[in-house]
Amino acid sequence: MATLAARTETQKAATAGKGAVLEVEDLQTYFYTRNGLVKAVDGVSFSLQRGETLAIVGESGCGKSVTALSLMRLVADPPGRIVGGSMRLDGVDLVGLDAAAMRLVRGKEISMIFQEPMTSLNPVMTIGRQISEALLLHETNSRKAALARAVEMLNLVGIPEPQQRVKEYPHQLSGGMRQRAMIAMALACNPKVLIADEPTSALDVTIQAQILELIAKLRRELGTAVILITHDLGVVAETAERVIVMYAGRKVEEAGVGELFAHPLHPYTRGLMNSIPRLALMRSEGAKAATRLQEIPGIVPALSNLPPGCTFAPRCAFASDECRRAYPPYEQKRDGHWAACWHSDKVARASDG
Amino acid sequence: MAVIDHQAELNRAGANVRGRLGGLLFFIRQYPLGAIGGLIMIAFLATAIFAPMLANYDPLSTNARASLAPPGGAHALGADFMGRDVLARIIYGARISLAVGVGATVVGCLIGMTIGLLSGFFGGWFDLIVQRLMDIMQSLPLLVMALVMAASLGPSLTNTIIAIAIPLVPNVARIIRSNTLSLREMPFVEAARAVGMSETRIAIHHVLPNTLAPLIVLATAQLGSAILVESALAFLGLGVPEPHPSWGRMLSESAAEYVRTAPWLVIFPGIAISAVVFGTNLLGDAIRDMLDPRQRF
Repeated sequence: MATLAARTETQKAATAGKGAVLEVEDLQTYFYTRNGLVKAVDGVSFSLQRGETLAIVGESGCGKSVTALSLMRLVADPPGRIVGGSMRLDGVDLVGLDAAAMRLVRGKEISMIFQEPMTSLNPVMTIGRQISEALLLHETNSRKAALARAVEMLNLVGIPEPQQRVKEYPHQLSGGMRQRAMIAMALACNPKVLIADEPTSALDVTIQAQILELIAKLRRELGTAVILITHDLGVVAETAERVIVMYAGRKVEEAGVGELFAHPLHPYTRGLMNSIPRLALMRSEGAKAATRLQEIPGIVPALSNLPPGCTFAPRCAFASDECRRAYPPYEQKRDGHWAACWHSDKVARASDG
Repeated sequence: MAVIDHQAELNRAGANVRGRLGGLLFFIRQYPLGAIGGLIMIAFLATAIFAPMLANYDPLSTNARASLAPPGGAHALGADFMGRDVLARIIYGARISLAVGVGATVVGCLIGMTIGLLSGFFGGWFDLIVQRLMDIMQSLPLLVMALVMAASLGPSLTNTIIAIAIPLVPNVARIIRSNTLSLREMPFVEAARAVGMSETRIAIHHVLPNTLAPLIVLATAQLGSAILVESALAFLGLGVPEPHPSWGRMLSESAAEYVRTAPWLVIFPGIAISAVVFGTNLLGDAIRDMLDPRQRF
């Protein structure tokens, strides 16, 4: 643990000088399929500060997972390809790196936790070996040192009896434990950026809170910046500092978490919030009694065949002719609050009123 | 209502099995047929290894006076036309069968594994060409393939091993390939990429170990058929050359002329071949059941 404490100190020192660790600019990831060109990520830009938690939310198929895979350069090619933009990690553009150089970045500088803890671990390899693999690739040549570090990591992620657990196989652990082991694996080399792609979707609710708390704790202790990808706004409210809302491959809104929940400016964001069940609605109290839970009508349009104008217009209650004609500009509407909507004033009034 | 004896149920499930010996005893109780197969294989192995100590006679030395001596007396299982002791020849023949069986299985599995992994994991034109090649090879029966190979390579121990190993390759390659195809889409492969592992390393460290369970099952089954094919080749005069005592050759030498006058020359090598193939099959079945998660509880 001594080495870990020392490492945490140096990292804290590094975090002290705030600044962007990751700057993504105009990222475009396209898929060339039989059904045509699919613009899964179309001109997404954002920056991630050191030690920050940034949430990316949206429905299934809105491009959030492809954004994450693009950051890791793990989009399957064919059919997918990063066709434009840049992703600078501490000044180094990841888009330009060759395969060998990118392998040195993965796991070391930027790592990822996946959705499925049940299948993300190799069933025929012990937990300890899987965690030490990342270390052997990037940090040390000594199996012994790597295994010792694996024990340390398991301890850090709150797995009891880590000495015993390193020798066990994935099937001997529960889902929550496996997700902890995955987190230990992802953080073993102390990366600058951790991408968590729906880390809690496959877990039951009581474990979800524990895993989110663990990610938050590790972010504080190790100073790792976290990109949290989720469709669960409850999770966002709990953990994120800043939120990006994506729809049909584009960023439609971005704000601090408090600001976003208080004043959503894009009708899609508003729709997402209205579709969260709330106790007040269910308890039949006052005027809101027996109000049905609202949903966003329709589905995400096929990305290969997007409507002209605003992509959300067909599902939007505020849509006007203007919306159907031209895609709205992405502008700063309030302090630090950006959105792409022609009618954000109306949306704001509707939300407040 | 029946009273359930929890302790007895736990014992049956093997809850208090401790140590290697306990594990072995549990295996025997759980898979008695497999244990018999294992016993036959151990006996076979021991015979091959300790042949000089077990045999009273030199398997190659002839003795005109003992020509076609019946079982009993000096020659426990009789002697052949040249007066060579049948028991000694069967004991030494175990070495040939073991060398050819294990050698062909190992060589066949190694080649098949490499081909299956390459073509399943990396795909592309290699996969296409190699799989068509495997199709062609599989369209011929194992024995016919081995026969053609053995005839073209010429008789020797190494050539016999190669001749039997090559026809085994397609079976192994198929199994490994199909497993690899599903394994390479598994999230843990993606996770391995996410920690910066190279494709080759993922193939060897993550995919290959996951294909070993079906491979072990296949290999035990192949061991039996390799021994059988060796006997068949020897019977047809294409196996390990004289004077090495191969079980198949012992059969072929005597089958035509002596099957009526000196049946012991046919019966005992025949029993040896059957016993070993039976043993590998029993053991193979037990291993398959053991590794099959649907039958484990």
